[in-house]
Amino acid sequence: MSSMLWIGTRKGLFALRADGARRSWKLAGPQFLGHIIHHVVQDPREPRTLLMAAKTGHLGPTVFRSGDRGRSWREAAQPPAFRKALEGEEARAVQRVFWLTPGHRNETGTWYAGSSPAGLFRSSDGGERWEPVAGFNDNPMRPKWAAFPTPDGEFLHSILVDPRDARHLYIAISIGGVFESTDAGASWTPLNEGIAADFLPDPNVPFGHDPHCVVQHPAKPDRLYQQNHCGLYRLDRPERRWQRIGTAMPKKIGDIGFPIVVHPSDPDTAWVLPMDGQTVWPRTSIGGKPAVYATRDGGASWRRLDRGLPRSQAWFTVLRQAMCADAHERAGLYFGTTAGEVWASTNGGGNWRCLARHLPEIYSVSHAA
Amino acid sequence: MLMSCTVRIASPLRSYTAGAATLSLGGETLAEVLSALEQRCPGIRFRMIDEHDRIRPHMRLFVNNDEARELAATVRDGDTVHVICALSGG
Repeated sequence: MSSMLWIGTRKGLFALRADGARRSWKLAGPQFLGHIIHHVVQDPREPRTLLMAAKTGHLGPTVFRSGDRGRSWREAAQPPAFRKALEGEEARAVQRVFWLTPGHRNETGTWYAGSSPAGLFRSSDGGERWEPVAGFNDNPMRPKWAAFPTPDGEFLHSILVDPRDARHLYIAISIGGVFESTDAGASWTPLNEGIAADFLPDPNVPFGHDPHCVVQHPAKPDRLYQQNHCGLYRLDRPERRWQRIGTAMPKKIGDIGFPIVVHPSDPDTAWVLPMDGQTVWPRTSIGGKPAVYATRDGGASWRRLDRGLPRSQAWFTVLRQAMCADAHERAGLYFGTTAGEVWASTNGGGNWRCLARHLPEIYSVSHAA
Repeated sequence: MLMSCTVRIASPLRSYTAGAATLSLGGETLAEVLSALEQRCPGIRFRMIDEHDRIRPHMRLFVNNDEARELAATVRDGDTVHVICALSGG
């Protein structure tokens, strides 16, 4: 199985291609130099197809589609956009297409996109034309669910499609919380019990939380993990109350960060990359010593994995879309930093090496088979 | 009489105009000129104008030397419409 990583950066798109053993990697690009690339995602139903969320500093947000594994790209004829505002309504405009998720395997051509400000969009034709998901965007509760934008805006991300049921969806909003739909997006319910919100006056609110990244295990879709602004959590549906699994992390490390990644086949194995969440929120590797932490027991315990990573004075940040795993049983793990480095491990985090340096600020790293 | 103006396209948008820096287009308002531009170069309008017909924050449109804040601005025969990208910083 060959491996490829798509690297979305603040200044363009790059790719890393590996041989079958994942030993030798070659950097290609940039494509779209100067464009802001938020997310690049392969279609598992049609692996030659990729979608990319992009904009530039000047130009509005859009989606590009490739049908030839990224050799050529064509812009969507109708990018994600909110419907025209009615009189008296807030006229929201998509500032960024931030997140892309392929639809259910039985719904060929269906894709979902999340935007900033928080909006949900669906395409039924492989990303060519996008329509707003009215059940969320026009939901009378939406202005309350997403009432506090982060300093960088408000993001709708972590769009999850239950592999057993195309109508069962989860989304996450920073800031807003996690929401669930069982009717293909027509209606939504908050799903935030047990999540801390220590930045709010009332920590027991039903929404208003800050999920940074939510993942669903592909082989056990009732298992969800969440890296939140306020800790690490696990939820085993049909339970509705998240359990804080970050309490098992070393106290001096804490359980703050952006991405969380699950093993392709083992639902008890997950990896995080803790960031400094103290005082003014530096959001850099803790003490300048970056480390990945892994659990093999669903979050009951965590193990530090830093062999090969810088030992000191490495103050980077790893954003929520910038860490991923490949599909090998001996999982390859990859992350990209805000300092433009791509790091890889081909043994589940046991050893790390740097695959690329000096790239622009990395926003996303995604694996393509 | 068919109204015609020159539209000067900023470099970030020339991927839509096959590299052309100027186009000759018809229209009596900025909205009509942009509609003609979209017909000629599909996809270009949404990169400049949002879904509520507002000029995007880092775009500026001028009719001759006057900045147009609304798409209802009048365009006359022989005018030049400047599409300018305005952004600073790294």
